[in-house]
Amino acid sequence: MSRRILAIDDSPTMRGLIARTLGEHDFVVSLAEDGADGLERLAEVDPHLVITDINMPRLDGFGVIAGVRGDPAYASTPVLVLTTESSAELKQRARRSGATGWIVKPFDDGALIAVIRRVLGG
Amino acid sequence: MAGLDELRVTFFQECEDLLDRLGSGLRDLAAGGGGGAEQDELVHSVFRAVHSIKGGAGAFGLDDLVGFSHLFETVLDTLRSGRAGPTPQLLDTLLRAGDMLDDLVRAARDGGAPPQERLARIVAELDLLAEGAGEDTLEDFVFEPLALDLGGTDAVGPGDGAGAAGFDILLAPRGEMYMNGNEPAALIAALATLGPLTVTAGTGRIRPLAAFDGADPGLRWQLRLQTGATAGEVAALFDFVEDLAEITIEPLPGTPPGPDPGGLPAAAAGESEPPASAPVVPPGPATDPPAAVPAPAMPAPATPAGGGTVVPMAAPATVRVNLDRVDRLINLIGELVIMEAVLSRIIADAGLESNSDAVSGLDRIRQLADEIQESVMAIRAQPLRPVFQRMERILREATEATGKRARLVTRGAETEVDRTVIERLTDPLTHMIRNAVDHGLEDAAARAATGKPAEGTITLSAAHRSGRVLIEIADDGGGIDRARVRRLAEDRGLVTPAAVLTPAETDAILFRPGFSSREEVSAVSGRGVGLDVVQREIQALGGRVTIASEEGAGTRFTIALPLTLAVLDGMLVEFGGQTMVLPLAAVAETLSPAGATLHATGATGQMLANRGRLIPVVDLAARFGLPSPGPGHGPGVFIIIESESGTRVALAAGAILDQRQVVIKSLEENYGTVPGVSAATILGDGRIALILDPDDILRGAGAAAAGAPRMAGGMA
Repeated sequence: MSRRILAIDDSPTMRGLIARTLGEHDFVVSLAEDGADGLERLAEVDPHLVITDINMPRLDGFGVIAGVRGDPAYASTPVLVLTTESSAELKQRARRSGATGWIVKPFDDGALIAVIRRVLGG
Repeated sequence: MAGLDELRVTFFQECEDLLDRLGSGLRDLAAGGGGGAEQDELVHSVFRAVHSIKGGAGAFGLDDLVGFSHLFETVLDTLRSGRAGPTPQLLDTLLRAGDMLDDLVRAARDGGAPPQERLARIVAELDLLAEGAGEDTLEDFVFEPLALDLGGTDAVGPGDGAGAAGFDILLAPRGEMYMNGNEPAALIAALATLGPLTVTAGTGRIRPLAAFDGADPGLRWQLRLQTGATAGEVAALFDFVEDLAEITIEPLPGTPPGPDPGGLPAAAAGESEPPASAPVVPPGPATDPPAAVPAPAMPAPATPAGGGTVVPMAAPATVRVNLDRVDRLINLIGELVIMEAVLSRIIADAGLESNSDAVSGLDRIRQLADEIQESVMAIRAQPLRPVFQRMERILREATEATGKRARLVTRGAETEVDRTVIERLTDPLTHMIRNAVDHGLEDAAARAATGKPAEGTITLSAAHRSGRVLIEIADDGGGIDRARVRRLAEDRGLVTPAAVLTPAETDAILFRPGFSSREEVSAVSGRGVGLDVVQREIQALGGRVTIASEEGAGTRFTIALPLTLAVLDGMLVEFGGQTMVLPLAAVAETLSPAGATLHATGATGQMLANRGRLIPVVDLAARFGLPSPGPGHGPGVFIIIESESGTRVALAAGAILDQRQVVIKSLEENYGTVPGVSAATILGDGRIALILDPDDILRGAGAAAAGAPRMAGGMA
């Protein structure tokens, strides 16, 4: 069974890269262009995993995490944040906000898939 | 699925938008940018733009771009975090950094090299600003790769072979680990990818259901992993959960000692956070590719944990449409306009009453066609703002190079012009702005002597006026030094010493090829690109450039452009039995042959006397190889066309038939280049008519009339 991933990023480039990489690995990817758009699509996509950028207009990545965790149906759905940082501060902050983990941009295909497998298994 | 090449194109398109947002954000900040929340949002939006460029550039391995945007971002972060205020000096540096980023994006896209000297200068400035800002940032950078190196060295160290290499791992999740969506089974599966794994579940601490505590579920796993991986690599798999679970990692006896293998904090760490710079977990390659650039502090707006920042919507929703599709629509509307003309003719031929249903139905169709045409043109129309914004940077560069001080005042940047026109306006405007700084403005001493402010003002404005777009570039400099222009023009053989020139005619010399008012070539305006090139470019767009100057008060260039390149106001003229279209903009005068005085020159040449000048007469019919009217049949009318520099020729035409808008169809795409002809159109009766190119005709005539006698004021 292909697993569904909701990817939220305001950069069309990044959305394209994610869709391309995940599509090649038998995931079904839905894309949203900002946090608000992402939360609106949550129930419709019904994802096994959410990947979200942090800096976005309208609603940022921490808002997405709060929204996902606040929805009983998705309270334990893994949420990975996309970030260009790997600082200890970010990790702390991501964990405290309820993120499952993070993906450091730029990512190569292998790293992205490895992180996803780590939180989804398989 | 989009290929990488397509994504690259997407990336560069996105960069255009991001650079626009960056530029306008920085300018708004420089202009005072409201205050409080509004200013914060400006800073955030500027930061996001640079950040997104960095992210995308990293994905395509554009290291120069990543490095520069990272540095840029670090400096912006000082503004965002409030460590630095938006001082004019800082904003000036940021604006120039924005220009540089623009250059780097272009260089990455087109494969050129950015100007190294300017790059080095701005990098040095940014470095200085970044240094004062983030010591912690630098420590992060130094620390992480070091930790990686240590791990790598140990991995290749000799094992003693006394037992299996690997680790005993204890994983005891706390409730938070589950609440963050981490699945122990997935984590265990990931561990198993490193080598054979034995899993023992510890259920001893699980309490009966009645006493079950979600915060401490009590499930734990004892794992034995046989692997050649380093402690760092193993620990890296736990970095998402490192303080959400009790984790210990003990090397098996056969494992070479790694750096701090059991160094993971025990779960007892609880709510207390390790200091940010402490080497808690050596990052492993799976999640932390070594950054090529220093990582700055967390790039997110400070929000309480778990709470999102709601930012107001920045721009109205838009759809990105391929230009080809819009062009196709415009072509189809052209066909519609033609069909309407055809129908109108059929109805007229059928002799229907003007109050008949068919005629009023046709009127309605005509109105609708007009409205559709306008709406579609509006799709392709874009505000001049991006071009105007670009000019601000051109001005900055020009002032930097000349040492003059100047500011750009823009007005009417919202004026919309067809996109194809906008694209082709950048070069001429660039040249004119540089020209205004370099030649228009006086140096500081001269300005002071005349009581002008030291800082010059260049005004760039745009407005719609009677179906055309007027763009003005005005400076408050010294105006054109006509005596000098005259002298230079004589030196270069452009005018005879005897010629009597009006001030306007003297000013127009600036547009002549081969004229450059600077004795030495300046670094700003450069060599070889004169105002004649500007004029040619504007004319190619169907526009005209005019110049007005007042001594001591400044110079004003006015560009008049058609709103679109798809339709043209034309005069339908008959030449040798053929209907042709003459762009109305080029027509200076029409003259009945009855009142005209003609002078013969050479064997077949003729000159028309008009307002004290002799104007060469061009027999277009003969030039196109069409039958000329028989002997005794003079031309029905003379149409005088004029170039910007005042060159005139009289076209001998059979008759003027009509004046109307025509839809331009490219002749080059469908047939080939024809001298004297710029395009074609389809008339109401379905016939094809050629659209004449007045400039080409004027050039041809200029050569033909070179030997003609020159009258006073003539500038042939």
